[in-house]
Amino acid sequence: MSEEFKIEIVNPENSFLSREDVTEVVVPAFEGEMGILKDHISIISFLKPGIIKIFSKSREDNYYVEDGIVEFKNNNLSVLTSSIFNIKDIDKDKISELLAQAEENSKNSDITDQNKYLVDQKIDVLKTLN
Amino acid sequence: MATLDDLKKRIASVKSTQKITKAMKMVAAAKLRRAQENAEKGRPYSEKMNNIILNLSSGISDKENAPKLLSGTGEDKVHLCIVLTSDRGLCGGFNTNIIKKAKAYFQKISDEGKTLKIITVGSKGYDQLKRVYKDDIIERISFKDSKTVNYLDAEKVGKMIIENFEKEEFDVCTIFYNKFKNVITQIPQEQQIIPLKTSEAEENSSEDNYEFEPDEDEILSNLLPKNISTQIFKAMLENSASEQGSRMSAMDNATRNAGEMVDKLTIEYNRSRQAAITKELIEIISGAESL
Repeated sequence: MSEEFKIEIVNPENSFLSREDVTEVVVPAFEGEMGILKDHISIISFLKPGIIKIFSKSREDNYYVEDGIVEFKNNNLSVLTSSIFNIKDIDKDKISELLAQAEENSKNSDITDQNKYLVDQKIDVLKTLN
Repeated sequence: MATLDDLKKRIASVKSTQKITKAMKMVAAAKLRRAQENAEKGRPYSEKMNNIILNLSSGISDKENAPKLLSGTGEDKVHLCIVLTSDRGLCGGFNTNIIKKAKAYFQKISDEGKTLKIITVGSKGYDQLKRVYKDDIIERISFKDSKTVNYLDAEKVGKMIIENFEKEEFDVCTIFYNKFKNVITQIPQEQQIIPLKTSEAEENSSEDNYEFEPDEDEILSNLLPKNISTQIFKAMLENSASEQGSRMSAMDNATRNAGEMVDKLTIEYNRSRQAAITKELIEIISGAESL
């Protein structure tokens, strides 16, 4: 039996990606990275800034996301996010720009602990990319 | 009676107006197609979002402590209305229809003795509402600079709403926009977004058992603010498609009317030209006879 399932990534403006040949997806869920294989239990979770790794038999793709929600049901993985980039397409300037922005946000003192945590995560991820 | 020269000038001016309305119709048609495509592309996101929220809110354990964005503040005193209109005119009854719908609602609110707060999105709405409701308008937003509808703009509006909600500035939030049905019909809509009404799509909600990570309440409180922006974005997309559709049919009508007018004026022009020739002939003949 095949071990492939379907993934769909949508952002508000269009459908970003839709594939049916993925074997494993690793998403940066709020409470830690989560690997999803075929026949995973139905789950809803939300994302923190990080890398979505999509594996298929032939290749591996990485995407950078800032936020979003994942839903897995009947071997359909849906990712709703408002900001996603393919790591291959994203250039160094853009990363530095995002990083500078995030660092400024983290210095801002009146943000909540949760937001602070998210911003710090973002900085970490961006640093590894840079 | 208009002289021949006047008629000629009028025909020329109506014809050039017709050219403009025709061009505007073409532009609107092209933009409409794009706007419609965008509206369709944006649909999966808001649908999925809606589904997840339905699943979550049906699975939520105790309704008492549910996030306020879902259950409301428990009061019903201050109503916030977001009126979404266009930035440009010449689009038929598009803006007027939204305003009419909104005004009926405003009337109802003030009849019930509740407080009204208004945010206008798009400059035309502000222009029409400022005469009567100037004191109630707390904010006006216009996205004149952005060429196409984009999510960042919607997010700005969404954040503003949430900020106001957290400051307990209002209890109920309703948005007004035009829903795009087809090119000639746009239906003005009022949609309540806070507290969220979940009954609309009840038939879609499946009785699946989901695992939640972290728990439902936390996901929900993270998701609901996003849903507000999504709803606003959806309304903006529908609105932009409606605006172009409405403009297209308005300009189509205008072009047709101009055509009719040109025909009428041409007949009048030919008649009076003929009359003048006849008159001259009679004068010449009677002049010749009297000799």
